[in-house]
Amino acid sequence: MNVWKIRVNLFLKYKDLLRELVVRDIKLKYRRSVLGYFWSILNPLFIMVIMTIVFSTMFNNSIENYPVYLFTGRMLFEFTTTSTRQAMNSVTGNASLIKKTYVPKYIFTLAKVTSAMVDLVFNFGALLIVILATRSKLTWTFLLFPLVIIQIYIFCCGLGFFLATYNVFFHDVHYIYNAVTTAWMYLTPLFYPIERLPEKVKIAIKLFNPLYYYIAQFRDMVYLGRIPGWRIFWGGWLIAFLMFAIGLRVFLRKQDKFILYI
Amino acid sequence: MGQDMYAVEVDHVTIRFHLASEKVDNLKEYVIKRLKRQLSFRDFFALQDVSFKGKKGEAWGLIGINGCGKSTMLKAISGILKPYKGSITVRGEIAPLIELGAGFDGEMTARENIFLNGTVLGHSRKYMEEHFDEIVDFAELWDFLDTPIKNYSSGMKARLGFSVATMVSPDILICDEVLSVGDFLFQQKCMERMSHMLSGGTTLLFVSHSVEQVKALCDHAVWLDHGRVQEIGPAEEVCDHYTELARANQKKGVKK
Repeated sequence: MNVWKIRVNLFLKYKDLLRELVVRDIKLKYRRSVLGYFWSILNPLFIMVIMTIVFSTMFNNSIENYPVYLFTGRMLFEFTTTSTRQAMNSVTGNASLIKKTYVPKYIFTLAKVTSAMVDLVFNFGALLIVILATRSKLTWTFLLFPLVIIQIYIFCCGLGFFLATYNVFFHDVHYIYNAVTTAWMYLTPLFYPIERLPEKVKIAIKLFNPLYYYIAQFRDMVYLGRIPGWRIFWGGWLIAFLMFAIGLRVFLRKQDKFILYI
Repeated sequence: MGQDMYAVEVDHVTIRFHLASEKVDNLKEYVIKRLKRQLSFRDFFALQDVSFKGKKGEAWGLIGINGCGKSTMLKAISGILKPYKGSITVRGEIAPLIELGAGFDGEMTARENIFLNGTVLGHSRKYMEEHFDEIVDFAELWDFLDTPIKNYSSGMKARLGFSVATMVSPDILICDEVLSVGDFLFQQKCMERMSHMLSGGTTLLFVSHSVEQVKALCDHAVWLDHGRVQEIGPAEEVCDHYTELARANQKKGVKK
């Protein structure tokens, strides 16, 4: 247990570094864009409009209020892929620093996932615009959203640790993960209703796709205005902590070797 | 006086690099080689059985030719590399003088980089705010605070790096070949500050190719050769032996 006490103290010592790294990412992202922060709201809205035009009639209008349905799903999916992709490069990208000074290396991974959260905040702004523009009902269950965001954050940190570790040793992890995320996108009910899938596929997705748990909860709160079911709620927490434990364990076991490969 | 008087204790340290003899850097090849049982590993010993003890306030120079293990030694002391055998005990805070620009982000301004670099060294933001003026004063960079670092010359970067790292008197200062940049005046200023820190009880670990600098700054020296200790003792003596050998080798080379 002593090891963990040391680790916690070390984390507290470097928590300001985490903050500085997140601030840096955000500043650099917006420093030189003319539209600045607006771009982060406009971009998802633009994609949503296009996808609504293309897909909403394709499903015979079987989804009520398609823009909100689409937006809630895409928002969480985008966060998952961007944050984990950035986290994957967090160790290799800071190689020069890691080679020269001792810093707890997971700080870089955490920083990337955290700075991706900022985009999520902007997406919430865009979501509100979509809700108001489509005159859909806004219920109190909307306020439960932090519960899902915390779950998905923990999940992405875990997945990020895992990817960052293997990306140090194998350079093609990058390409493999790209293929995985594409498959993942089609296997997640983002722009189609899950009811349209064959029974077996539907059950498989509902059981084994972690993102289904988060998106379904989020849609319950925001889109359908009801409290999420206990299965997806507790399932979501379980998956988040499981992924976090696996990722962190892999990372901590391999981290002493990073220096030889980066 | 107990064991506490030693700031750095390096005890029979061996550092081994266990690497695949062929570079396998993608998963596909790894899996194939693994299945065919073609993966072989090769050991490389960067340091073998190195021991020395540095007291508080002492300055240790590490000398030797390229690839003899000097930088590996410093990395092991900073905690970047873990020893394969033996142990390293460090009492107190370590501040590494990071190689030029490694701790800086080129896109960010000097002001932002001071905070970034300070927190990399483990200081809190509040602490950095308190010492901000002091840092900029020493680096003499007030006029360029809001310029992105990428527009800085290497000398200016080195100045900034040095001021951030030495703002506090760390218990142990690690310095790997960084003083060779910066103008003459600033080099002198750095030397002065380092001597001041030494008298204040900081232990210095210094790597340089300039034997003159080692002689000027250090009281002890370790001469490493192919990962083993060749000689250990007072800086003057060790440096002289080192230069003698280097000259002898040079003559041999000329005769050939």
